[in-house]
Amino acid sequence: MAAVIDLHEVADREHEARSRYPWRIKACASTACLSAGAGATVQALEQTIEAADLVLDAVVVPTGCMGLCSRGPLVRVLRRGGDETMYQAVNKEVAIDIVRKHVRNHEIVDTNLLDTNIPFFTSQERVVLANGGVIDPDRIEGYVAHGGYEALRKAITEMAPEQVVEEIRSSGLRGRGGAGYPTGNKWALLAKAEGDQKYVVANGDEGDPGAYMDRTVMEDDPHRLIEGIAIAAYATGASKAYIYVRAEYPRAVERLDRAIRVARRNRLLGRRIMDTDFTLDVEVRIGAGAFVCGEETALLASIEGRRGTPRLRPPYPTERGLWGQPTMINNVETLANVPTIINKGAEWFSSIGTERSPGTKVFALAGDLVNIGLIEVPMGITLRSIVEDIGGGIPDGRSFKAAQTGGPSGGCIPAEFLDTQVDYDSLRQLGSIMGSGGLIVMDDTQSMPDVAKFFMEFCMDESCGKCVPCRAGTVQIHTLLDRIGNGDAVWADLRHLEQLCATVRDTSLCGLGQSAPNPVLSTLQYFGKEYEELLSDEKKEVADA
Amino acid sequence: MRDARPSVTVTFDGEEYDAFAGESVMDAARRLGVPIPSLCYLEGLSLYGGCRVCVVQIAEDHRLRPACATTVAQDMEIKTDTPLLRAHRKAIIEMLFAEGNHVCAVCVSNGKCELQDMAVATGMDHVRFDYQAPQREVDASHPKYVFDPNRCILCTRCVRVCDEIEGAHVWDVAFRGADAELVAELGKPWGESTSCTWCGKCVAVCPTGAMAYQGKAVGEMQHHANVVIRLATARTKGQWLDPEEVG
Repeated sequence: MAAVIDLHEVADREHEARSRYPWRIKACASTACLSAGAGATVQALEQTIEAADLVLDAVVVPTGCMGLCSRGPLVRVLRRGGDETMYQAVNKEVAIDIVRKHVRNHEIVDTNLLDTNIPFFTSQERVVLANGGVIDPDRIEGYVAHGGYEALRKAITEMAPEQVVEEIRSSGLRGRGGAGYPTGNKWALLAKAEGDQKYVVANGDEGDPGAYMDRTVMEDDPHRLIEGIAIAAYATGASKAYIYVRAEYPRAVERLDRAIRVARRNRLLGRRIMDTDFTLDVEVRIGAGAFVCGEETALLASIEGRRGTPRLRPPYPTERGLWGQPTMINNVETLANVPTIINKGAEWFSSIGTERSPGTKVFALAGDLVNIGLIEVPMGITLRSIVEDIGGGIPDGRSFKAAQTGGPSGGCIPAEFLDTQVDYDSLRQLGSIMGSGGLIVMDDTQSMPDVAKFFMEFCMDESCGKCVPCRAGTVQIHTLLDRIGNGDAVWADLRHLEQLCATVRDTSLCGLGQSAPNPVLSTLQYFGKEYEELLSDEKKEVADA
Repeated sequence: MRDARPSVTVTFDGEEYDAFAGESVMDAARRLGVPIPSLCYLEGLSLYGGCRVCVVQIAEDHRLRPACATTVAQDMEIKTDTPLLRAHRKAIIEMLFAEGNHVCAVCVSNGKCELQDMAVATGMDHVRFDYQAPQREVDASHPKYVFDPNRCILCTRCVRVCDEIEGAHVWDVAFRGADAELVAELGKPWGESTSCTWCGKCVAVCPTGAMAYQGKAVGEMQHHANVVIRLATARTKGQWLDPEEVG
């Protein structure tokens, strides 16, 4: 059996190696920056360092997401024991300049300087994304040097499983997949459940359009997720875990597979973890491109190799899940919070955010904003602060119209509620949901019925077809929205639209169908006039069909 | 003979009844003569929960539940017939009619169809939604039976009876959403299926005219869905129920 990793030794070695270089250049190599050309940036940085004879002075570290994706590729230049400079839009030429001017001559490259003293950075609180832009995701040493696997060590050597469950429960952590179920309660259910084999499943089937919170965790900090899973498994008595990743995330699959192998080699997974009696196997399972497989019972069917359709609950997965055994499904971001909670304590965690929604939330900020990217904010922050401070407001002199949260299951929040606190309960009261973290901001040029139609088309395409209201109802809602958009609708169509939405919401089998009408209902509620204005002129008078 | 199972008191629309602990709202209602509409539910088969017409309301809980998959509990106040439930059920039946190509006048099951009965029961006399008029091809390749997907409502009774009672699993659902369809053996014509035993149970349990015997004319196709409960009872209890008694 391989030797257990010595966390302190690895961390010390890593710190020492780091201090050897006067300059460390951290280049974002996350998916968003890569698509903006970060691959060439990293290459140019490395080649220029060599060509300028600076290999002993500077090292390039490819890292995970730094957040401000719309300004990528992003590069941070760190000087030993000193200051840090951030650059934006670093293409090949700028990369060469950074090495030649900044590293060699200590001259800042003014043209691409990015001020880190702006609210985008200062208003954030990074817990889940703490290692983003800091460590190389492919090296476990980087994770360990930043306190990685210390929480797992603490949990399995110093705490009883019940204590771990209690710690999570008292932290108040709620499911980050969107519904907000108290995580500690879920863990307690699995811990209590009886079965020959218990399973923990990490739900990485992130499917909301434009959302990439979980992808970033899985790609940029895979060991954090693995550590969270291991702690969850220890606390609940599970010895097998799956990470369910959608097929559209090949980099996440690759990184997780590698991280699992490395963790096994270091006795952080597998048999007798860290020489204790705790044993856990983790395996990645890849989805086949169905949004509905984010629904927990459909996800379980998919892992079992069956058609990904939801089934009736109860029994809940914690009673009967994978192959009839007790199973707990947690969202990736939820599990990514766990190591930090164990390290810093429940009290620390619940001091962030609000009383009923403690901690932080990662959002994928998109749409009509100056700053677009991935942010992590304390719960309870106002929508206005996200839009105006972090997002930098609406570009091109336009004004704010609505913020869409929760993707196809969420709703549109109008300007009058910009001062609402972002937490599970406030958003639900507004007819939207927290969701998994998609946040799309729209300016006054956007048509709300169009937005509703976009999301309804998504739900219609993604309906599994099992229950009638979702399978046939979403098609009918989409048909009506189409007719409204074409200016052919009459008053009766608007009434039918609302009635249909109510039936689909109230009678669908799973969350997909039950929440599919939300984008329509919330835009009808706050922007009903826009629908009315689209009604056909000659037919407006017709009272009923 | 008295049933020895412990009982619980529930109310159906305000009336008190004794139900057996552990049974579903649907089973209790059937036994006690309380009408709850259903399409995919069939006693003796596994639960599916897809048709959603059996939704009921429990006390003031705004979340509706399918009667087939809800277990009775002491003092449960079950509402089976409220204006809201009637409206939802009617809308679901309308969705089904708009989704397929249901033309009763030319259907083998006209007058003997559960979907048609449900339309009558819910008062659905016209469809408010657009007919989707899908293009679907009839599969008449089987020498004995015919499958007309235009009349299929995807209740999966045939899938379940073939898998669970006959043990052949000829049928399953392929594709998703509005494209979902019933397929024999991963998409073969039914007649070319080698796993089909020609037992006809799928035809017997079909609630509409989607599955029928070859050669039936309009209104001639009589289904026998109760074959399932008779077979299930025969297997589990060694009793052969009188077809008249199980309706």
